[in-house]
Amino acid sequence: MAGTAVRGRLTWQVATVAGLTRETPSVCTIELEPPDWAGHRAGQHLDVRLTAEDGYRAERSYSIASAPGERLAITVERLDDGEVSPYLTEELQVGDELELRGPIGGYFVWGPNDGSPLMLLAGGSGVVPLRCILRERLRTGSDVPARLLYSARTLPDVIYRDELGRHHDGVEVNYTLTRSRPPGWTGHTGRINADLLADAAWPAAANPVAYVCGPTSFVETAAAALVGLGYPPERVKTERFGATGGP
Amino acid sequence: MSPISRGFHRRHAPEGEEGRLPPGQYLTEGFPVLSAGPTPHTPLANWTFSITRSGETKGSWTWQEFQALPAETVTVDIHCVTRWSKFDTGWQGVSVDTLLDRVEHDGRYVMAFCDGGYTTNLPLDDVTGGKAWVAFDYDGKALAPEHGGPARLLVPHLYFWKSAKWVRGLDLRDRDAPGFWETYGYHMYGDPWREQRYAGD
Amino acid sequence: MEPLDGNSIGGLLIDVFGAEMTGAIGTCGICGDTGPLAELVVYRQAPGTVVRCRVCGGILMVFVKVRSMTCVDLTGMASLDRPRAA
Repeated sequence: MAGTAVRGRLTWQVATVAGLTRETPSVCTIELEPPDWAGHRAGQHLDVRLTAEDGYRAERSYSIASAPGERLAITVERLDDGEVSPYLTEELQVGDELELRGPIGGYFVWGPNDGSPLMLLAGGSGVVPLRCILRERLRTGSDVPARLLYSARTLPDVIYRDELGRHHDGVEVNYTLTRSRPPGWTGHTGRINADLLADAAWPAAANPVAYVCGPTSFVETAAAALVGLGYPPERVKTERFGATGGP
Repeated sequence: MSPISRGFHRRHAPEGEEGRLPPGQYLTEGFPVLSAGPTPHTPLANWTFSITRSGETKGSWTWQEFQALPAETVTVDIHCVTRWSKFDTGWQGVSVDTLLDRVEHDGRYVMAFCDGGYTTNLPLDDVTGGKAWVAFDYDGKALAPEHGGPARLLVPHLYFWKSAKWVRGLDLRDRDAPGFWETYGYHMYGDPWREQRYAGD
Repeated sequence: MEPLDGNSIGGLLIDVFGAEMTGAIGTCGICGDTGPLAELVVYRQAPGTVVRCRVCGGILMVFVKVRSMTCVDLTGMASLDRPRAA
């Protein structure tokens, strides 16, 4: 079908599933080959649409996990009472078709032209667009100082653990576990609060730009805590995911 | 043309029960929470249910008075305009007939009004004759706030947006006027068996 | 189900406005609060999508899909300025 590009409209396209990687017991990264991908910016998302034989449709949004220029990938967390995520994380196979459209988003985006120190706060699967930002920072050779504070329930729930490591390439990565304390754990425990951020976040005087992503309740608390530390509200960008699956 | 997503499907009605599902509906296992705004939390000490007419209160019950009214247990199928249906849901509530019997009332329509500002309109005939309740228990337990607790309207023969959550009363009217969703394009009546989802259906 | 924010309706906003709008600046017609649409409170689990002011809770936008048409009500917004192209 010839694609008539209507300026400004997003058109659905049928991508092929090219790879599946299990990141954690409930999280899967899906690599996709769309026929006509225009590229994206770090932080954007795409919409996925499933159609059943009886015509029933379900649509969901997923943050793009891959940096611009890499093979397109999304990372999906299986929600127990979900309708789409169990399908994507357990049923989908390499070679299947997946209808998608994107990229979408212009507010929660980062590019290397922003020279501010980067403060990233991730709650559960909220780490996905932030990992994308870090990959873009690396890919473009940006040397802005970056800190990631990643809140997860337990260590096995940490997505991209090998990739994120502890500190690497000028990125300081700190974790806080909210539901467990493994033996010998030297990281933080408990939910993000003002004290933890006073320790792990850039001071406001450094004029950082912050990206906070995760379940709504996580974002409200974490973003408010940053503002409490002196971050101007317009320097704290937020993206709220559907609840459950968070810390 | 969207491709069919291999292996993706919704739950169908059990064999032999297909006739129980109105057109265009699917069975759900859970009980989806749909909301247009934050969940209100009115303390029971402040809760009242009122029947009003032209700015006058015709009858009003506090929570205690309401609990003292004869209540009924009903098991009904419910159908949401977003296409999910749920069979055999169990409720306990006071029949709207019980409430209206206790006040002098006239009018041909009602506008249900609720905490949070939600409203929905119904013909008086559709909330009387054993067709509607103010329900405070679901599935044997107190109705949870996200499902409309402490009490919601229950009008199972119409799409579930008419079963207004956090209901605080019924305003009697002579003329039908659109409530919240009706104002935004949904059907004034909402019969799931005639698939009256949107204005003009 | 907790509400989301304006990021979650990015695709819907493109469908309706023909442009990326999460960075557009809106002004609440009730309390005057101003900010990007991305930061508004979005209730999607409903017969329609309801977008509310984060400060006063007033309804700013309602989107209802009526058959194949999206009906948009913006009466709660005092103003809406499209973002400058990035």
